[in-house]
Formats: sequence, structure tokens, C-alpha cells
Amino acid sequence: MQPFQTVSGAAVPLMRRNVDTDVIIRIEPLTQLPRHELGRHAFESLRRGKDGCPLEGVHFDEPRFREAPVLLADENFGCGSSREGAVWALQGMGVRCVIAPSFGDIFVDNCFQNGVLPIRLPRDQVLALAAACAEGAAVTVDLRESVVVAPGDLRLSFTIDATRRRALLEGLDDIGLTLTEGAAIDAWERADRAARPWNWPSSSTPDIETAQ
Amino acid sequence: MSARTLLDKVWERHVVRDLGEGWSLLHIDRHLLHDLSGPPALADISERGLPVLHPELAFATPDHAVSSRPQRDGHSSAEGAALHDALAARTASAGIRFFQLGTIGQGIVHVMAPELGLVMPGLTLVCGDSHTCTNGALGAISFGIGSSESAHVLATQTLRQRKPRQLRIRIDGQLAEGVTAKDLALHLLRILGASAGVGHAIEYTGKAVRAMGIEGRLTLCNLSVELGAKIGLISPDAVTIAYLRGREYAPRGDDFARAAADWLSLASDTDAAVDREVCIDAAEVVPMITWGTSPDQGIAVDARVPDPSTAPNEATRLAWRQALDYMGLRAGDPIAGTPVDWVFIGSCTNARLTDLRAAARIVRGRRVAATVTAWVVPGSEQVRRDAEAEGLDQVFRDAGFEWRAPGCSLCVAANGDRVPVGARAVSTSNRNFVGRQGPLARTHLASPAMAAAAAIAGRITDVRAMEIA
Repeated sequence: MQPFQTVSGAAVPLMRRNVDTDVIIRIEPLTQLPRHELGRHAFESLRRGKDGCPLEGVHFDEPRFREAPVLLADENFGCGSSREGAVWALQGMGVRCVIAPSFGDIFVDNCFQNGVLPIRLPRDQVLALAAACAEGAAVTVDLRESVVVAPGDLRLSFTIDATRRRALLEGLDDIGLTLTEGAAIDAWERADRAARPWNWPSSSTPDIETAQ
Repeated sequence: MSARTLLDKVWERHVVRDLGEGWSLLHIDRHLLHDLSGPPALADISERGLPVLHPELAFATPDHAVSSRPQRDGHSSAEGAALHDALAARTASAGIRFFQLGTIGQGIVHVMAPELGLVMPGLTLVCGDSHTCTNGALGAISFGIGSSESAHVLATQTLRQRKPRQLRIRIDGQLAEGVTAKDLALHLLRILGASAGVGHAIEYTGKAVRAMGIEGRLTLCNLSVELGAKIGLISPDAVTIAYLRGREYAPRGDDFARAAADWLSLASDTDAAVDREVCIDAAEVVPMITWGTSPDQGIAVDARVPDPSTAPNEATRLAWRQALDYMGLRAGDPIAGTPVDWVFIGSCTNARLTDLRAAARIVRGRRVAATVTAWVVPGSEQVRRDAEAEGLDQVFRDAGFEWRAPGCSLCVAANGDRVPVGARAVSTSNRNFVGRQGPLARTHLASPAMAAAAAIAGRITDVRAMEIA
């Protein structure tokens, strides 16, 4: 996984509540395209409304926010579907960090699997960042210090789970870590099989309807 | 030992190792794979050169990307053909059971898993699908994951997890006639909002929940993720045990008796502490319908479309205005009477036999309005066959509904099934998100009976006003 230490650059605002992962990436590109091509389809339904123009408060295509590595969002960002393609689409448009008052739980899990940092800050602080960065000024997100720095002497501390912080800083791979736990997993499974054999489908489980 | 919840008990049982700082390596007992999220996860571990640790604990079926067209095959949906074939091929080489089209076991993962007894009390179950919370209705810890975590489970049969906080929703009293688990869930969404459950597992309890059959409980738990919670669950009871008896993957004989005793012991202790509790009276719930683009934007069917000028704050005002604009509705108008173009009865929320029966009661002896395209998509091959054995397919066909083949269909619109641009649908699914059922399609979420009533009337209608033939 790509490590995350510090990131600096423009911060694009998207102050709408409950932006779901269907809105982040529509289902059609998700089924048709490899993950590295999803970026240009991110937020399609917001970038082009009924009249083909961006909806109110949508700034992704303004030159000062192109390739912005930070996204400023509102409550419950990334709710809905578990599609990891939402994170791949954000990465594809250059986003490394999303700052919002709250996030969908599965979206957060998917961010951490891909080296994208979701930061929770109170809504008034997100709005202050949006105001400070409205003209494209750079914000710096420093995970080592757990702080976001923006023009106008804004210096906002954030809290983050210690385990996840370390995993991001070092770019740790969960599967690699867990593969070292083989003995513990094996021991757990032997004990569970003995205590609750009914939880373990056996080869004698009837074949319901053999496939032709 | 102090009083514990169902979640506490099942969680503790599955901790392989305490990883410190609040994290656990949690054993995962069942893994469902579908055509959208299964192939990338299987490809991921194959690229790493890792085997599937326990292929016998994973179960696969195509649902998201297959067409629901009658007589379809895996290639009927152009966008789904490659995904269907990838799931079939990769599960075959990994030795994972694949329930193919036309056979018992194929269907929406959260319909087929309970049906086959793949989910049982006390298990942990995951799937690359946010509505995996549905399966918690049987007393399991069941949640949605992304494809990276899915790969982690394939390779290690575990996940690195933090135990969530716990929200108990107690629903006492009795649901009125014609009011369903779906209306209850939409009511909870309206009063609690779409982020009430973030960071939490929700346990539903109370008299109204105990009175529900398993299919109603599955509907209720299904919408937990719309409340923001990854996990929804219900303590096992006699209803749970009766449901599981005789299911294909459920234990048999003496094993069943031993298992059932264990399952009942997992129910939450009455005095167990939780982080937050909400109590509601089921008698307050009425038939609901959504008017906006978030599942928490619902109202009683006899209410008026909300007026942004009365919103409690600026952010809500903006959200309401944007939703009304997308939905093509006018503030202050009664929602009932709004003309409808499409009706969809289906999805992991509401496509089980009892859902189809409830819709058929409204439809029997009537005709779908000439302006409406109406579909019934059974949740699984088993549901399809059971419904046909009762003649429900004929009731729907006689009324002018299309009776289609099992899958996710119009709920996810990843399979060639799509509500046309600008069309207005009443749907028994779970998400009214912008573009969810097709670009610029407008979705109103409701119960199967409400959807059936809308199909007949050609407009949003209070099902309580329709006489049952």
C-alpha cells in the first residue's frame, strides 16, 4: 500500500450531505473499466446535471482545483454501497485525503486499504478550510503530526486511530501482516470445529442441485 | 459474567487474537461472493500467488450484473457477461461452490444465504456488498466489505476489525394492518437520519420485532446500512430456530438440537448495556414513501412534500432543494397522486415470498395502469419456484406485470435493466440515490404493497385505501 506521510496541494470543496458512493462512481464505469481508469468518471452525475452543467457547489472542473489532492466534504461522505471503486475513482482524480465531519463506515475501511486518509473534523472547521482554500490555495495534511495547515494561520489537529495511523505512515499491507498469524488462526479453527461442529460445512452436506 | 449483548457474545467467540489498541483478528465463518465484487477479490489473491484458505466457507452466485430478462443466460447483459464468466471461472479454479443461473441457490446473495441456511446464529459472515447487514436478522454478525478486505478473507479467513459501538433500537407495540417492516425501516430513517448508525452495530429488539417473521426481520436489518450502520442484528429466538430447521446447510438431527440450544444462549441479556438506545412505538408507523434522494427523506403517504423554507438549518434547506429539483417535485404538494412511470418489486430488501404475496394481494383481479411499466423480480430461484407453485406469477402476469428472472435487476442497474432517463419509479429496493436506477431516473422507495398499489393506480397511492379483492 502507498504510504501516507504528508500531502500538500489544493483542497476542492464539495459541501453536500450524504454524498453516496454511487454518486462518487456510477455503476457503469465500475462494471466496464479497470480501476485506474475510474478517475475521469468520478462524480459524473454532479459534474454534469440535466443541462450538462455542473450542479451548484460542484467545483471539480475549475482549473484551480484540477488534481486537488484534498477533498473537503460534508456529513456522512461515502455512505451507501461498499464499492471500493469509489476510493479508486478518488485516487484516479488525484485525491489522497478527504476531510469531512463524518463518513460511511465501509468507505473508511476502503480508504485505509488503499492509502487514502479520511480525516474527521467538525463541520465549522471544514467550512473554515473551504473558505481559506476557495481560490486554490494549498493546504498541508501532515499525518506524522496529525495536523492540517492552511493559509490564514489555520492549524487544525485531528485524531486518528493509532493502528491505522501507523499502517498508513508505513504503508503496511494487512494481508501480509495476517499471513504471519497462521498458527493462531489454525488453533482457533480446531477449537471451534470441536465446540461447534455444525458451523463447519462438511463434504457430506447434500448437493442441492448438481449443476449441469 | 456481566450481562452481554448478542454482538458481545458472537464477537468474543470469534477473536482469534487481540491485536491491541482495540483491534481484533476476527474469524470469518462465511464469505459470499457475487459477480461484481467477487472477481476482483479472487483476482487480487491470485495475483499475489495466494490460495483460498477455506474454499468450503465461500459461496458464490451471479446476481448484480445478470439480466433479469426471462430465459436469460449469463451473457444476456452485455455489461455483465465478462463478470459472470470471471466469477464462474475463478470460483471453479478455487474450488468454491458456484450457484449457477437456473439452479436452486442462485439469486441475490442476501436472499439465497438465509434460504439455504448458509447464515445461522452465532456466525460471522461477510460479502463485498453493503447490504450484507441483512443477514444479521438471523443472529449473525454480518457486514459488507470492499474487495481488498474480501481478498483478505479469501487468503486468511479473518479480518482485522475494531468492535463497533452498539445502538439498540427497541420497537414496542404492534404494527397496524397494512404496515410492514419496510415502512418501519423508512420511519426509523426519517426520524433518526442517514448517519445515526455510523460507527455502530444496530440491534433491533422489542415486541414488534419478536412478532415479525424472519423475512420481515431481513427487510428491517437490510436498511441498517442506510442508517449508517455496517451491522444490523436481531437476537435468535424460537422464530429463528423454526426458520432454520430443515434448511440445506443447517445442522441435522442431534446436531440441530445442540446448535439450537447454543443459538438461544446467544440472545442479548435483558440488562446488557449499550452505547445508545432509541425506543419507538410501532403503532405510530404508517405506510411510508420517500420523496428525495437519500433514504432518510421519507414521509407518510398521506403527507405533503417538504418545503425547504421550513428546513431546520441551511444545510438541510440546500439538501431538500437539491433533492426536489432532481426528483421533479414541488414543495407543499401532496405526495399521493404523483404520476408514476415504472414500478419495481424486487431487491434484497423486498423480493422474498412474503413480499410477493403482499404485493399479489393488492394486484389480484386488477390491471396495471396503461402508463406504467411494472416488473416483479423474485429474489432467488427458490423464491421464483415457490411463487410460481402458488400461482403468484399468474396473478402478476394477468394484471400486466412482467414476471422476470432472479437477480438485483433495477435496484443496482448494473445489468442492462434500467429505469429510463427522467422516468419516475416506485421501487421496493433500498436506495433512492441520484442515478441509482439509471442516469436521471427518479426513485421513490416503498413497501411491496405500496408499490403494487402505485402500479395499479398509475400514481403514488395510499395502499390502505385499496380494497383487497
